[in-house]
Amino acid sequence: MTESQSREVTFKVDGRSLRGRQGESLLEALRRYGYQVPSLCHHEAVSPYGACRLCLVEVQKGKRRKLTTSCNYPLMEGIEVFLDTEQVVSNRRVVLQLLLAQAPAAERVRQLAAEYGVNDTPFEVEDPENRCINCGLCARVCKEVVGVEAIGFSGRGAGKRMVAPYDETAEDCIGCGACVFVCPTDCIGMSETGGIRTIERWHRKLPLKTCSVCGRHFAPTFQLNKFAEWTGLPRGHFDKCPDCR
Amino acid sequence: MAKAFANSADLKAYRQQLLKTRRTETKTISICAGTGCCASGALKLVDGFHRAVRERGLEREVTVRQTGCHGFCERGPLVVLHPELTLYQRVKGADIAEIIERTIQGGEVVERLLYQDAAGHRFVREDELPFYKNQMRLILAQNGHIDPTSIDDYLAVGGYQALAKVLGKSKPEKVCETIRKSGLRGRGGGGFPAGVKWESCRAAPCPDGVRYIICNADEGDPGAFMDRSIMEGNPHSVIEGMIIGAWAIGFPGRPQGYVYIRNEYPLAVERLGIALEQARRLGLLGKNILGSGLDFDIKINKGGGAFVCGESTALMASIEGFVGEPRAKHIHTVESGLWDKPTNLNNVETWANVPLIIDKGVKWYTGIGTGDVSRDPWGGSKGTKIFALVGKVQNTGLVEVPMGTSLRRIIYDIGGGIPGGKKFKAVQTGGPSGGCLPADKLDLPVDFDALTAAGSMMGSGGMIVMDESTCMVDVARYFTHFLADESCGKCVSCREGLRQLGRILDRICAGEGRPGDLELLESLGRTIRSASLCALGQTATNPLDSTLRYFREEYREHVEDKKCRAGVCRALISFRILADKCTGCMICAKKCPEQAISGEKKKPHVIDQSKCIRCGICRDVCKFDAVVVE
Ligand SMILES: Cc1cc2nc3c(=O)[nH]c(=O)nc-3n(C[C@H](O)[C@H](O)[C@H](O)COP(=O)(O)O)c2cc1C
Ligand code: SF4
Ligand code: SF4
Ligand code: FES
Ligand code: FES
Repeated sequence: MTESQSREVTFKVDGRSLRGRQGESLLEALRRYGYQVPSLCHHEAVSPYGACRLCLVEVQKGKRRKLTTSCNYPLMEGIEVFLDTEQVVSNRRVVLQLLLAQAPAAERVRQLAAEYGVNDTPFEVEDPENRCINCGLCARVCKEVVGVEAIGFSGRGAGKRMVAPYDETAEDCIGCGACVFVCPTDCIGMSETGGIRTIERWHRKLPLKTCSVCGRHFAPTFQLNKFAEWTGLPRGHFDKCPDCR
Repeated sequence: MAKAFANSADLKAYRQQLLKTRRTETKTISICAGTGCCASGALKLVDGFHRAVRERGLEREVTVRQTGCHGFCERGPLVVLHPELTLYQRVKGADIAEIIERTIQGGEVVERLLYQDAAGHRFVREDELPFYKNQMRLILAQNGHIDPTSIDDYLAVGGYQALAKVLGKSKPEKVCETIRKSGLRGRGGGGFPAGVKWESCRAAPCPDGVRYIICNADEGDPGAFMDRSIMEGNPHSVIEGMIIGAWAIGFPGRPQGYVYIRNEYPLAVERLGIALEQARRLGLLGKNILGSGLDFDIKINKGGGAFVCGESTALMASIEGFVGEPRAKHIHTVESGLWDKPTNLNNVETWANVPLIIDKGVKWYTGIGTGDVSRDPWGGSKGTKIFALVGKVQNTGLVEVPMGTSLRRIIYDIGGGIPGGKKFKAVQTGGPSGGCLPADKLDLPVDFDALTAAGSMMGSGGMIVMDESTCMVDVARYFTHFLADESCGKCVSCREGLRQLGRILDRICAGEGRPGDLELLESLGRTIRSASLCALGQTATNPLDSTLRYFREEYREHVEDKKCRAGVCRALISFRILADKCTGCMICAKKCPEQAISGEKKKPHVIDQSKCIRCGICRDVCKFDAVVVE
């Protein structure tokens, strides 16, 4: 954290005076005070991206008042935030309608839409099976938390998709499952059968290591080798599962 | 070339020397070697003229010079003979000997190579052509005169004088103030006052003094080529502007320059590269420029190839080696831009204005254009603007006019009006996300604020003229699809919003419009505009909004009456043969790909509507105008 980010600032939410840290995510500050703001592409562990456009609020800074997403809004001294204004609500509803049309099979999208009174979409559904909403969380977690860049977006515009490189196998994927865990719409998929872990969406199949003590499969060998490389610990250290170590 | 200038006195002396040696020249043959004319064979002409001059032993009296784009590319290759300013158009290799013998040596005019307007009137001098006569060429002034690969040419016409005037002589703050007071506003899209941007960038905290000075040469608007022409025709004007900017924004400190240029502009990249090298050799870039203490150099960065890469934050991400995706600008790029350093980005044309302002002064500059900027640079639009005039006009090309010139003057006086006796319908200004303005806006003075108020924008200066054969719903559909494809795809509102907008417009054009569609378009448009992150999404509905505002009746006809009055939307039209006009020549029946036309020789023919696919070939081939669309 830089010095300026640790500075405390005062801001207002619907007239109420509050405190937070300069530069922190406005969405995170709002949530700390218990405000409900919907979001699908934000996670505290990774940098904000601003893709889902659900965390809309209105912010007044000086004379200018504007609609903005709160996840990527850096908290500043003296701003005034307005939560569920008519502008916010009407635009959020259209965004939810768009998400329903893009990812009709995503449970989380349907739930969230219903919470905001959107049960139907006036827009054309492209793929009734689709669940991915291009939030980019999987790739951000992969890069920023795991430290690998196994997956990423390809294309742009309406053709943009989250894929493994060249839409083939994610050769750098260590099979940790962080992306699976963080995906809001559960569209990556991970399974283990016959000593193989599969991360389905990235077409990655990794043989699992057997613990030299208890004989259980515990983690992909590829991943353990990476850990050995990163930590500098001898490979032998990873022959045993964490329980037997 | 001279050795590096140690100070401005050196530069002055060198220029004096240049002017002395150049006085021997009597005649010059200027051949346009811009991208357009090169495509129609200009480089062969350059060689041909050189050879012809040499063979006749005329090297001492005649100079052959290749120049940048003259802006009238449609008529290329262009050759202008100085000092008479005789303009020859569509010149071919076979014309060279005649031009030299008859015009250069004989003093006659080759009639056949002159420009002729629609009324059959021929023009001899370049500055008499309506296309040029009604322009005010300041930024493009030297394009037809200097060889862009020769720094001596630029120096001879007064180049780098502005630099010599300020470097080490005017305080940087003073230069920023001059630019602010001039009212110069960004030519790349937003119209933000350049001086205000410079001052903010200068004022931004920057412990290590590294500030980036960037030129946006991405020019992604389809059909626009003003920036390309400036770089191809007068690259030093942009470089000079940037060095002045570096002094004003970054001195003392370590300012560093970038030109982010579209990869599809090989000639501009080449000419800019040559110009940078020349400027370095003369000490106009590098260490201690003109003895002022300023160290500054400029790197060329080739673009990522997407329209959205022209957006400021996407452009910076792209230079950093990331995908060109915009980011939120709550912290401005003047404070934290490229590699988180204070960064000042301006467009090519904006930079090219800078030497002019320094050279001729604020008073002169503010005399051109609209409004009053004496207290507030937002108070008006000053200087000139270059437009790429295309579409349904007689003369297409690059047009530079003072801010505030009416659309009518640009389209009719300079553009020569609508060809083929058709009626004007609309003009789109500002590129793909500009709005379409109808005939009753023709007297609108073209400046930043008037265009925005009318529901369009200046953008980077695209100007597409449309006649009555254009369907405005189809126009909105076309640009919506363009922007949907070019959206970076990050924001749901922009990516999915534009995709759905395109779908609805597709449906309406296919005759499947439903009641409530127009309201749906409006509500979706509102969200695309207000919930998206960058200006691509925020302006993407201009084509839709402006056509809904000015041509709503056409939408209604498409949705309710299932009619397209322009005869463009195939599902909404039918072709019919007028019995009294049809001579029974049978040509349409032969050409119809679906064999939908029947009839006996010399008897009226008929179209079987159930077979017709509405390709319109019959109408195109009928010599008797017997096929009509309804
Ligand atoms: C989608 C998009 C594309 C843009 N493309 C360009 C471009 O090709 N050239 C340009 O100079 N500005 C472009 N801009 C505007 C830039 O973001 C920026 O405002 C401009 O370069 C600033 O320079 P100026 O103030 O001198 O105009 C674009 C903006 C958007 C939103
Ligand atoms: S796979 Fe999941 S986490 Fe990744 S972009 Fe799609 S919805 Fe987001
Ligand atoms: S508005 Fe469109 S182009 Fe701009 S960041 Fe969002 S998705 Fe990308
Ligand atoms: S959570 Fe802010 S845009 Fe998605
Ligand atoms: S390229 Fe020759 S006039 Fe434009």
